Amino acid sequence: MNSVVTKMDRLGHRETVAIAVLFVALAAFPLVANWLDSPYLIRVATRILVFAIAAVSLDLILGFGGMVSFGHAAYVGVAAYVVAILSFHATNDPFTVWGISFTGTHSALIAWPAAILCSSLTALVVGAIALRTTGVYFIMITLAFAQMIYFLFMSLQQYGADEGLALAQRSDLAGLSLGNRATMYYVVLTALGLVLLVLYRLVRSKFGMVLRGCQQNERRMRAIGFKTYRYKLTAFVISGAIAGLSGVLLVNNEAFVSTADLHWLRSADLLIMVILGGAASLFGPLVGALLWVCLEFVLEGLTPHWHMILGPILILVVLYARRGVWGWLATERAGHA
Amino acid sequence: MGALLIVEQILNGIQLGVTLFLMAAGLTLIFGIMNMINLAHGSLFTIGAYLLVTFQKLTGSFVLGLALAVPAAALFGVLLEVVLVRKLYTRDHLDQSLATIGLILLFNEGVRFLWGKFPLGVTLPDVLAGSVEIVPGSAYPAFRLLVIAIGIAVAVGLWLLVAKTRIGMLVRAGASDREMTQMLGINVKRLYTIVFALGTALAGLAGAMAAPIVGVQSGMGDGVLILTLVVIVIGGTGSIRGAFIAALVVGLFDTFGRVLLPAAVASMAIYILMAAVLVWRPEGLFGVRA
Amino acid sequence: MHNPATLSLRSLIKRFGAVTATDDLSLKVAAGELHAIIGPNGAGKSTLIAQIAGELPSTSGDVLLDGQSVTALNAPARSLLGLARSFQITSLCNGFTARANVALAAQAHAGHSFRFWRSAANDSALLAAADAALAKVGLAARAETLAGALAHGEQRQLELAIALATRPRMLMLDEPMAGMSKEDSARMTDLLASLKKTCTILLVEHDMDAVFALADRVSVLVYGRCIATGTPSEIRESASVRQAYLGEDAEATT
Repeated sequence: MNSVVTKMDRLGHRETVAIAVLFVALAAFPLVANWLDSPYLIRVATRILVFAIAAVSLDLILGFGGMVSFGHAAYVGVAAYVVAILSFHATNDPFTVWGISFTGTHSALIAWPAAILCSSLTALVVGAIALRTTGVYFIMITLAFAQMIYFLFMSLQQYGADEGLALAQRSDLAGLSLGNRATMYYVVLTALGLVLLVLYRLVRSKFGMVLRGCQQNERRMRAIGFKTYRYKLTAFVISGAIAGLSGVLLVNNEAFVSTADLHWLRSADLLIMVILGGAASLFGPLVGALLWVCLEFVLEGLTPHWHMILGPILILVVLYARRGVWGWLATERAGHA
Repeated sequence: MGALLIVEQILNGIQLGVTLFLMAAGLTLIFGIMNMINLAHGSLFTIGAYLLVTFQKLTGSFVLGLALAVPAAALFGVLLEVVLVRKLYTRDHLDQSLATIGLILLFNEGVRFLWGKFPLGVTLPDVLAGSVEIVPGSAYPAFRLLVIAIGIAVAVGLWLLVAKTRIGMLVRAGASDREMTQMLGINVKRLYTIVFALGTALAGLAGAMAAPIVGVQSGMGDGVLILTLVVIVIGGTGSIRGAFIAALVVGLFDTFGRVLLPAAVASMAIYILMAAVLVWRPEGLFGVRA
Repeated sequence: MHNPATLSLRSLIKRFGAVTATDDLSLKVAAGELHAIIGPNGAGKSTLIAQIAGELPSTSGDVLLDGQSVTALNAPARSLLGLARSFQITSLCNGFTARANVALAAQAHAGHSFRFWRSAANDSALLAAADAALAKVGLAARAETLAGALAHGEQRQLELAIALATRPRMLMLDEPMAGMSKEDSARMTDLLASLKKTCTILLVEHDMDAVFALADRVSVLVYGRCIATGTPSEIRESASVRQAYLGEDAEATT
């Protein structure tokens, strides 16, 4: 039976092989790291995967929805802070507001949904306002809101402000010991796999088609009867929720969160990962996260002024390698420019 | 709050507003004529401040230092435009944003590389370092008054530019169409370079004028950039008049916010204002509906 | 018995600052009618279509669909009530196939699209509707081609297919034959003729052959005002119309 979008949405041969290789390599990595007697690399790799989840969430609205969200780190950071704050109050004094006391919790079953809910609500509020605009305004507004959230957390002195907040205790996830590097790694890898699976289906679903249509020609979509604002906002919130998932995993991996995780330069990092890896590919951001973190790692070792190298590299990528790694890989896939 | 304090804060607000106007005017000109978003504008602010420090040290005079720093910034703008920026005009806004972020990384680290990572100071000559008694019994820094004066002078100059010249006509028409510009008999390439250099000069001037007040260090322009974006969003892109009014509003609102509100809310206040304006008018107060 | 007109425009006005693009325009399109709008360039035809479609809010005046006021509704809402349009300058989702473009239009009118898991490609009802619309306009063979890769004439056909897929009460076509070759135009004219029985159509066109072959009634727009309404022959004979529009090319069209 012929599909609606035919060749366009099927993965090409090269891509399928690449994905398979990638996941086999990722699954085997902890074993390799241990064999190399460098188990700390597992922690680094987990960090890459956590960023990959955040980058993929951004790719949903950027690559498929055409929404250039410049403050995406905010949704990651909010979730990370919620987990850390709940953990803080479980270990220290309860949180009291208007005479009601809330003891915190270390339980992932409570803290993680709460954190993701907060990220989603943040995305809902920001998106509701920002999506009333397009183009340059949208970029500037998402950037400004991210800055506002940054300042909000900077002002919370009791939670460390820019010195950050250490995670009092890692989340209790069904008895798993998230302090164990390999366990944490596989939890994050599983989460990444699930996110990719869900988004793979989502972009091909009816909702996904509307979103992608809005990116290509919103005027046309409205003319045929789609109330585009509500679809874009929904996508924005879903993206915020997934970014929140990234946040809870981030704080558990690092056992720490600070306002640096909310800084707009972190948002820029996420955008770069998407572009470097290849937008609108879902798997590209994973490659992008890998490349970007490795690049930072390598350059940091060369010189303290490594930003002076990173900046021009970014400029060159934007000018000459705009479609990213996955874009180059998927050239046989019709229709994705 | 006493009358004295109010007057002082009003002046502080205007001074901040004027600084933001210099930044916003440059950004909005570049956006209005070349349809280019330049996130590195904040770094140009920083570079202006560093240029002032250097030229003041070389000449031993603040005034000479300033007189040299601004043209130097403009020259830097020309260089930047020719080497990189002109390649970005045909790209979409995301690409422009990412490329200019690359510039931020380069510039912010570059100034640390050239001038070291410790903050630098600027000493004012005695005539500018003193205070003025605007209201009897008060002592308001003379330099801040100078900043306000220069800012207003630039505003008037820009108003003349926009109202009386062909370049200004383009800005008012919201014309970022290369062909249309060419049809008016204007050398587009040269125009774009000049506009970018002008924008850079304005940013550099803003940075140089801020240097004696806040000190000079890498990254000092980042926060200013975001506030500038807020000004443009509130005022409407492509509108110099909007930029002026919005800049003053933002300057005053932020200043009074910091005095009246608890610290936590104060930093956020301006963004809440922006959100409120957007809910009411998504294209900004003086913006043109796309 | 008086049937309400399918489309009724009452004193529509649209001002852009000092410029009045639509100047107190009133019009009625009866059910089943094919009503053509002609006029010199700059007459405000596309502005009018945008106002009727809900893309452009009117400065004042009313738009009624089957007697029901839609003036307060935006474009998507009007589309859902059965008002379909095609664009003067082709406006498609170029990255989707022709079939996908049409299926999306059908999807918009088949309930909400908050479905996140099942592939859109599996909805046979939508695909059938899409294929039917494509067949009607003669694009069945090109269903799998990306919209951006279609020839210009084919893209104009696709615009029509998309509009038809929404099963409209009222179809507004903005220069559907723009830029088409003589053969394509003739084919499009035949197609529109076959639609006449089932659909009420408002047709904006420059192609006079088509207009006089298809239209039941014609309105002439000059500077945003309707200066004449009548049957094609009445319009052709009208001196004021001749002067305003057909005048320069003194030879009468067929």
